[in-house]
Amino acid sequence: MTLLSDYNFIGVFVVVAVIFPFVALGMAWLLRPKKPNPVKSDTYECGLQTFGDTWVQFRAQYYIYALVFVVFDIEAVFLFPWAVAYNKLPLWALFEAALFLGILTVGLVYAWRKGALRWQ
Amino acid sequence: MDFILNFWVELGAWFGGLLSSWGLPPWAVDLIADFLGVLILVVCGVMAVLIFTPMERKVIARMQDRPGPNRVWPYGLLQAIADAIKMLTKEDIIPTNADRALHMLAPLIVAIPALLLFAVLPWGPGLIGANLNVGILFIVAVGTIHVLAVLVAGWGSNNKFSLLSAFRVVNQLLAYEIPMVLCILTVVLFTGTMKTQGIVEAQTVPYFIVMPVAALIFLISALAEANRSPVDLLEADSEIVAGYMVEYSGMKFAMFFIAEYVNMFATGIIFATLFLGGWKFFGLEDVAPVLTPVIVFLKATFVIFLMLWFRATYPRMRFDHLVGFAWKFLVPLALVNLFLGAAVVKITANVWGQAVLMLVGNIVLAAAALFIVNRAARKLKDAPALKRIVAVER
Amino acid sequence: MEFTMTHVVFLILSAVALIGAVGVVTARKLFHAALFLVLSFIGVAGFYILLEVEFLAMVQLLVYVGAISILIIFAIMLSRRMMAPDVEARNEQWLLGLGAAGVLLAILVFVLLNVQWPVTESQLPPETISYLGMALLSPDLFLLVFEVASVLLLVALVGAVIIAREK
Repeated sequence: MTLLSDYNFIGVFVVVAVIFPFVALGMAWLLRPKKPNPVKSDTYECGLQTFGDTWVQFRAQYYIYALVFVVFDIEAVFLFPWAVAYNKLPLWALFEAALFLGILTVGLVYAWRKGALRWQ
Repeated sequence: MDFILNFWVELGAWFGGLLSSWGLPPWAVDLIADFLGVLILVVCGVMAVLIFTPMERKVIARMQDRPGPNRVWPYGLLQAIADAIKMLTKEDIIPTNADRALHMLAPLIVAIPALLLFAVLPWGPGLIGANLNVGILFIVAVGTIHVLAVLVAGWGSNNKFSLLSAFRVVNQLLAYEIPMVLCILTVVLFTGTMKTQGIVEAQTVPYFIVMPVAALIFLISALAEANRSPVDLLEADSEIVAGYMVEYSGMKFAMFFIAEYVNMFATGIIFATLFLGGWKFFGLEDVAPVLTPVIVFLKATFVIFLMLWFRATYPRMRFDHLVGFAWKFLVPLALVNLFLGAAVVKITANVWGQAVLMLVGNIVLAAAALFIVNRAARKLKDAPALKRIVAVER
Repeated sequence: MEFTMTHVVFLILSAVALIGAVGVVTARKLFHAALFLVLSFIGVAGFYILLEVEFLAMVQLLVYVGAISILIIFAIMLSRRMMAPDVEARNEQWLLGLGAAGVLLAILVFVLLNVQWPVTESQLPPETISYLGMALLSPDLFLLVFEVASVLLLVALVGAVIIAREK
């Protein structure tokens, strides 16, 4: 099962990569001073006191960008097997994929014209 | 002589033989060999931080005609060690009302994907951590975990600036992810495999000559993914005061920084693998395979030097210009490039023919894109509102 | 039934996915629930690797962890203030809920133990993605699905733009 033996390496790597920040932060925890102080623990606001609760005007535009990203992400996911198998596929695979890309380009142009990609 | 030339592969085989001769069962041999390989790669990655931090400061300083750090050892080259000692001994301040669990979780999450990238990078003909069938897709998938870490850091700090910056950074990262993936798709079209070793071996002509537009788009997107200048509006010290990292001090802040530099190094190697021919160098790799890690390292250093050059030269871009540029210019350009690549691969099966056709196509595409942008910018310049923008915006 | 490394890995991944799932429904803060969901997704990606469909595992990481969980977190941030009070994760009907869950568990266990699940004995080829690509694009296999998927994505995009623009 050579496929899974590759992933043995990844598994060991994940374990070591997860332990590494703990080790680094542990070293820091041992070495650093610990003198908490209410003024030091204040939220940073350029030297002033914070006004009101921490609440930022969350613009809907952030969400729209994430939505458009999801759609194009899934499009790219569909295109990966096509790209890998492309050399073995006959010519009309090009046109099929062109159709796929074309439909999604229509979507991109629509979003563009409707101002969904504009940052107001 | 053969032992010296094939040094790394011979060393691996000798070590495996040594372990089995101690009487260990085969799974233990594999485990120990894996563990050592992982340790070497992780140390390699962290060494990158030690090398590239002072290099960045010296290079940018020289470009700005000043000496840069020069106290620690001659030429200031051990500056990173001094920085590390400083970070280790700084007090860790957790702001009041911050979510402690999230505040502590973010530095952990941010370092893991940066290190995990090193598992699939090819250092030589037989030298790779794990030659996955989905190597390149693994790189992309692991890179998206960084986005989550930014959100956790922003939310967990209980700070308006932190949150605002986290939103914007996430949007920037998402916007530049798509052109990057589309350029990778174009490369995969030409090679027919997602294995990183396969991509290196398929490059008889380095791909940045075959498809310079894709290489350039990938470089810009990788810069944006790493939050480097000129797109580091959201974490620059003079802007939103280090953005989502503002409430972190000491080693946790160092974790973000280590992650950024490790990411930069990994991006350099990925760019070298995809577009610069990886561990190949005009036949040197056949003569002396022992030198291939050095070749990869030098190519990655060249890419990082380019990134530093960008940082020293260009002013920062505004956030709306940034995302507009990604969605309205890079994504359509990458899509057209992808289609062009698909057409070229089907027109001819000869490698050199494909290379020439794709290069010609890319030049035409670049000229057309610049022409369109120029015309749109001129139309806007003549508009009553005098706005100079980078992207085509209607 | 021999106890191999695969079993150990399966148990660990199950633990990860289940802890994530339990964490989603019992977390007090909504943001923590979203992060537990991400943990669950990562566990599922591990399952895909165990099943040797590594492409799906990477797609799971890329799409679910990288895009959808961000959408979920954005939705949380869109609708909540940071200092919202913690939500208690239970209500008065928990006994009824426990009963319903128990019935569901019994049904699932019964089905799992009594159905003859078809197990293929053939070995998967070393590289499955090119076969996936060929299957997706051949007219007698999944080409129609492939193209309909693009139409579906278009509809999703248009719908999202319309709904979001009404604000």
